[in-house]
Amino acid sequence: MDLWLQIFTDYTLRSVSIGSALLGVIGGALGAFALLRRQGMLGDVLAHAALPGLVIAFMLAGMKVPLTLLIGGGITGWLAAMLVMAVIRNTRLPEDSALGVMLGSFFGLGVVLLTFVQQRGYPDQAGLDKYIFGQAASIITADLVNFVLLGGIAIICVALFYKEFKLISFDPAYAASLGLPVRELSILLTSLTVLAVMVGLQTVGVVLMAAMLIAPAAAARQWTDRLDRMILLSGLFGAVAGVSGAVISATREHLPTGPLIILSISVILLVSLMFAPLRGLVWDWRRTYQNRRRMRLQRLLLDAHLLHNHQNLSAQTLALHRREPLAVAQKQLEELRSLGWAEPWRQGYALTLAGEQKAHQLEQAMRILPRASQAQPLGSIPRETP
Amino acid sequence: MSADLVIVLTAILVSTAAALVGVFMVLRRMALMADAISHAVLPGIVLAFWLTSGDRASLPALLGAASAGLVTVTLVEWLTRTGRVKNDAAMGIVFPALFGLGVLAISLFYRDVHLDLDAVLYGEIAFAPFNLMELWGQQIPESWVVMGSLTALNLLFITLFYKELKLSTFDPGLAAALGFVPGVLHYALMALVSLTSVGAFQSVGAILIVAFLIIPPATAYLLTQRLPLMIVLAVGVGVVSSLAGYALAIWLDASIAGMMAAVAGVCFALAFFFSPLEGLLTTHLRRERQRTEFAARLLIAHLAHHDRPVSEQEVLEEFGWNPQFLRRAREKALRAGWLEASSQGLRPTNSGFAFSQSPRPE
Repeated sequence: MDLWLQIFTDYTLRSVSIGSALLGVIGGALGAFALLRRQGMLGDVLAHAALPGLVIAFMLAGMKVPLTLLIGGGITGWLAAMLVMAVIRNTRLPEDSALGVMLGSFFGLGVVLLTFVQQRGYPDQAGLDKYIFGQAASIITADLVNFVLLGGIAIICVALFYKEFKLISFDPAYAASLGLPVRELSILLTSLTVLAVMVGLQTVGVVLMAAMLIAPAAAARQWTDRLDRMILLSGLFGAVAGVSGAVISATREHLPTGPLIILSISVILLVSLMFAPLRGLVWDWRRTYQNRRRMRLQRLLLDAHLLHNHQNLSAQTLALHRREPLAVAQKQLEELRSLGWAEPWRQGYALTLAGEQKAHQLEQAMRILPRASQAQPLGSIPRETP
Repeated sequence: MSADLVIVLTAILVSTAAALVGVFMVLRRMALMADAISHAVLPGIVLAFWLTSGDRASLPALLGAASAGLVTVTLVEWLTRTGRVKNDAAMGIVFPALFGLGVLAISLFYRDVHLDLDAVLYGEIAFAPFNLMELWGQQIPESWVVMGSLTALNLLFITLFYKELKLSTFDPGLAAALGFVPGVLHYALMALVSLTSVGAFQSVGAILIVAFLIIPPATAYLLTQRLPLMIVLAVGVGVVSSLAGYALAIWLDASIAGMMAAVAGVCFALAFFFSPLEGLLTTHLRRERQRTEFAARLLIAHLAHHDRPVSEQEVLEEFGWNPQFLRRAREKALRAGWLEASSQGLRPTNSGFAFSQSPRPE
């Protein structure tokens, strides 16, 4: 508890928490669109492709100026996204392969440049590779200003083009028929996603960025069917995960913040997947279980009713009728008794009044008619005379 | 044994093994699954490292780590089947969570051990010559044994199940209807991808392996529409980028694996522009040629209706073409022998007349 309060007093923890929270809000808001546009891996590709840009920016600037590095990374990330679009438009290569190709080649180039920097012995080069896993602990107030700047642009653009983005996410064909510039709008949306990735580079790093975009959005999707609420929730979940990751990593030494943020958002997602009202999986499972049980009991009651009417109802006859072991039949009769549908009678069982009524009701509902009147002889069907 | 030879042969084995299974990943639209698997084997590697207390290359460790890849596939498919998230999002959720666990474990327990994060990321193929093992009384680089057997395994799998793989890749419905079991084949393929990722992990790292799995097959995809040729080309591109990447890396003194991935990217770019099938430049040139040819035929058909030579000026006015375009069409027609130019103007030759009247020229 003390630790949570330290967010307000401890300078480092406060910066890290605010930075992670900002990342959560920005990534969450843009992730909602990425999720709807089925671009779950876009964040991953953009982040990997940012590596060469980061290193080039560093080589040009000669030192680690965070904003310059982030802009450099943003440029190559954006370039990769544009190349993916160009490849998809001009060849029959599937989208996922195009994304994979850009991810691999850009990251490879980034690694090459990184070793370049390391071997040329630039001053101040240590820690450049921290962008790969993120180094949230190094976030300072100046970084926060950058985050607010980048994120502010992204959020304002989303607010301005909310209606258009919504339309191209749900129904691009309709948007095109209305005369909206769909391609330009999706380029804009992708570019804004690049901004979110730039914020994420310093916090969770290149590799884990994919989850920071998609997981909050997927979690938010569980709780609502409305896009505006989904974006807000997604931002909220992202922020909560960011702060929790930051706080947990402060509890011990050697606990990296990035992975903890990702694991926090994964936990939030898991809980949402399981327990969200309406879309929670647990409710699904429970419904399936209840349906199965209901169906089984109905079949059992109908069988018991049949035996009750035509033979005597006992564990032996039930076992014979249902071709199951005696012990199972005995247990099932006990179950019927506990439901108040059957009672012991002489050596075996008999249906109670409630049981008979229930069975009758079921037979009516399932159109199971008494045997005698079930099959009419063919000849007795009245023929229409022409 | 020279260090160069060890490294180059290791790289060739890595790229061959990866390209063999990568072809099917690309064709099945699971390229990003390859990415997810290769990331997610990290916790498996850490776990194996912990279980075998440091002996990274032993067979159980390899198998254990590869099963982490299968866990990823299973989790992603389970998430997709629940209907709550789409396939792409499921991948984007599962692998960072697993990778995050791996990173966390490394930074908690293995800070001072050989298993550092740099090695995880980029691998260090330059260390290949130093890891030797005893085999039949010979000192053989460990990477040769590991990657050699993986290459053989992948090759065997593809040769034995070629027909089944082909069918289930291009028409899974038919494969299922005919009584093949696409599910088993699918998981076998995923298991091989995981194994290859783990095996290549020491050489090229957990992230760059995706470049070897996807880029050569994607390049081959642009070059051909036949599966056998695509497999051969993918392996070829992989080997070429390994060799060229190694040479460049030595020359520029940079990361070998990174350079190989970058060169593979360059190969893809070349195919993108110059592929005879659908390269950007080849398509452009083909369209230009078709345009000129069409214009030439149009010109001849038009001239055939005149009973006198027509001056270029007149054609320009009637067609509204720009002079340059007319010149190109005229050149084309002259070269084909459809047209003769005299001082009075342009006039079709006999063959020009012939095809302008027949419904199907030539």
